[in-house]
Amino acid sequence: MDSHTLAAQTADTGHVEDEHAPFLRHHFESVPQQREAATFGMWLFLTTEIMFFGGLFCSYLIFRNWYYPAFVAGSHTLHIWAGTLNTTVLIVSSFTMAMAVHAAETRVRRALMGWMIATLILGCGFLCVKAYEWHDEWVDHHVPGLNFGPESFLHGTKAYPDDKLPLDVAEKTQLYFSLYFLMTGMHALHMIIGVSLLTILLIQVRGGKYVNGHVAPIENFGLYWHFVDIVWIFLFPLLYLISRHQ
Amino acid sequence: MSTILSLPDQSTASLPKVSYLNKEYGLKSWLLTQDHKRIAILYLIAITFFFFVGGAMAALIRLELLTPQTDLLAADTYNKVFSAHGIIMVFFFLVPVAPAVLGNFLIPLMIGARDVAFPKINLLSWYLFVSGGCIELTMMVFGGVDTGWTFTTPLSTHYLNTNVVAAAMGIFVAGFSSILTGLNFLVTIHRMRAPGMTWFRLPLFIWSYYATSFIFVLATPVIAIALVLVVLERIIGIGVFDPAKGGDPLLFQHLFWFYSHPAVYVMILPGMGVISEVVACFCRKRVFGYTAVAFSSVAIGVFSFFVWAHHMFIMGISSYSALVFSLMTMLVAVPSAIKIFNWSATMYKGSITFDTPMLYTLGFIGLFTIGGLTGVFLASMGMDIHLTETYFVVAHFHFVMVGGMVTAFMAGLHFWWPKITGRMYPESMGRIAAVILFTGFNLTFFPQFILGYLGMPRRYAAYPPEFQVLNVFSSAGATVLAVGYLLPLLYLTWSLKYGKIAGANPWQAAGLEWEIQSPPLTENFPVTPIVTHEAYDYEWLASKKGSEVPTVG
Ligand SMILES: [Cu+2]
Repeated sequence: MDSHTLAAQTADTGHVEDEHAPFLRHHFESVPQQREAATFGMWLFLTTEIMFFGGLFCSYLIFRNWYYPAFVAGSHTLHIWAGTLNTTVLIVSSFTMAMAVHAAETRVRRALMGWMIATLILGCGFLCVKAYEWHDEWVDHHVPGLNFGPESFLHGTKAYPDDKLPLDVAEKTQLYFSLYFLMTGMHALHMIIGVSLLTILLIQVRGGKYVNGHVAPIENFGLYWHFVDIVWIFLFPLLYLISRHQ
Repeated sequence: MSTILSLPDQSTASLPKVSYLNKEYGLKSWLLTQDHKRIAILYLIAITFFFFVGGAMAALIRLELLTPQTDLLAADTYNKVFSAHGIIMVFFFLVPVAPAVLGNFLIPLMIGARDVAFPKINLLSWYLFVSGGCIELTMMVFGGVDTGWTFTTPLSTHYLNTNVVAAAMGIFVAGFSSILTGLNFLVTIHRMRAPGMTWFRLPLFIWSYYATSFIFVLATPVIAIALVLVVLERIIGIGVFDPAKGGDPLLFQHLFWFYSHPAVYVMILPGMGVISEVVACFCRKRVFGYTAVAFSSVAIGVFSFFVWAHHMFIMGISSYSALVFSLMTMLVAVPSAIKIFNWSATMYKGSITFDTPMLYTLGFIGLFTIGGLTGVFLASMGMDIHLTETYFVVAHFHFVMVGGMVTAFMAGLHFWWPKITGRMYPESMGRIAAVILFTGFNLTFFPQFILGYLGMPRRYAAYPPEFQVLNVFSSAGATVLAVGYLLPLLYLTWSLKYGKIAGANPWQAAGLEWEIQSPPLTENFPVTPIVTHEAYDYEWLASKKGSEVPTVG
């Protein structure tokens, strides 16, 4: 017991005695081993996530090839300003998250909390913009299965007068919106999980954790956050930017 | 550092005073345990339960097929029964059985670790598994599902009003248990090996579990998303699988089999790992061609991802892609054959003893070879068009899954039973059960090859009267098979209390897990072992027998 408290003290002063660090779980030999295991586990988890989204991306690829005009018309109805704004918000949040990891590594608690709060606010901001967009699509009858009508694609729009589709093609926009809601929905679900985890971590940091050299949870949450960000980087062009130049 | 101790003589062996089994008592100490060995036991109990539920369904199926008419079960009840049999046996028995029970127990022991990398996640995955199973059982009580275990669209999305959503969600939840188990094993094997345990000193068991875990991690998420899409299609009609809205039912098949074909190798690869260990021990030889066997596991794992469309030859995929998938499927036979040849070569001039695990192993090699070769028949498109959706397919996958995997699991369970419990099972009973199981299995499933070849389709409650003789054979065989499974349940349970004390190494086997006491301590190794020699060093073991064999602790 004595040696444990001693180790905790040396950890606080910056001299980590690896073998006796208080956060070292009993089945690991050393702190680096524990940290490597956690990081490797996180990367593997992200691989499963890639496969999970992969099924959706694969479906998207097939249907976009089959029903290209419908996908173009569907994409033109999205608010490009909202997509751009959200892309910016997420990229900035990735930066703040990276800074949070840096703050944890340098063991500066106030900076860590600051960057985490910034990330949290940006994440919530993203979700608000997304909710606003979804609401708009509901109003426009663009939600497949629940509230869908192809009427808006029969006559073209002000911005894109060429989007005049025959009825059978207009019906196919339903698949575009199915994939749109599936992909952005799954992404938003990951954002909600991320925001929740971030809140928990924030409370723990307030209680004094993760600034004593035990940065793995913050670091791995950072990996998760960047992953969710990268998914969006793919979703934005695939869903919002189909043939915008015409 | 290993201390030199003499190997305890089995006749005078006594149970160790402290072990993972008696360190703590009470239900709570089991349900909240983070010890990989206790979690393995929890899995063993849950999975045995599911096995006998699935087995009861199989019994109903065989009873119904005793006569050509639909007399015992109505046609739609029959559909529900075979669906339940398939779902339970595939997702709640075959997929988790070897990884979650033997893998959980043995991987840390074999690589010299104190536990898996993430013990809490390990426990969580057991709870996910049990929750998924409970969802399935509840679903069955409230009317069941009749899609078959494959959830084929558009049948499952548009034409049935049974509990498809609940059945899919149960599998979805249990899928996360697989993912987490695979992830845990991969990290454990990569990061937790004892000093000196290099990749090529690992037992072949570890190599095959490594390939299995990769399939878990890469394939399971795909069935998860496929099932989510089925559920959404049913609940709100998103249209992805609905031709009326421009969707494609075949897309589901692609996503489903992208998981479910690799899952077949999840069901067989761990069995192959077990066989490698048992063959080496009971032939007293190093496994012939260690590197080839190790890499063939990896090759099977890799190939498994590129063959899925062989389930869809008659579903209107392009003939060019069918050609490629047919070729790729046949290629899987190569690494599988490498294993069979190497095991046979290991036995050549080995000093073989025919203890129960070895009997099961010999059964495995024969049955798996038949199952594998009929797989090559089915991979060739001309044959497949004739044989698909017949009993030939049923016989083929039962030879691989039951004749292969379950037999291998029995071999492993008997082999490591003394390590798990500290006691021996009654050897003569074990041998009798192994022979009964082999006889019963062949009697049950071999007639189904002929039935399928003659054109009897699967998944029907009734059939033309000329098929009755072979079906009676099959049902009679199923009775024998049932005895073959109940017998081990009885004597293994009996041995928990009355079995002979095993001692640390009753088989004189090589491997880190045999150098510690049985049953092991909670922390496995009191001192971290240092590995200095290769796996299966039986010649060394024979020359150093007696007082010089190092055991830790
Ligand atoms: Cu297959």
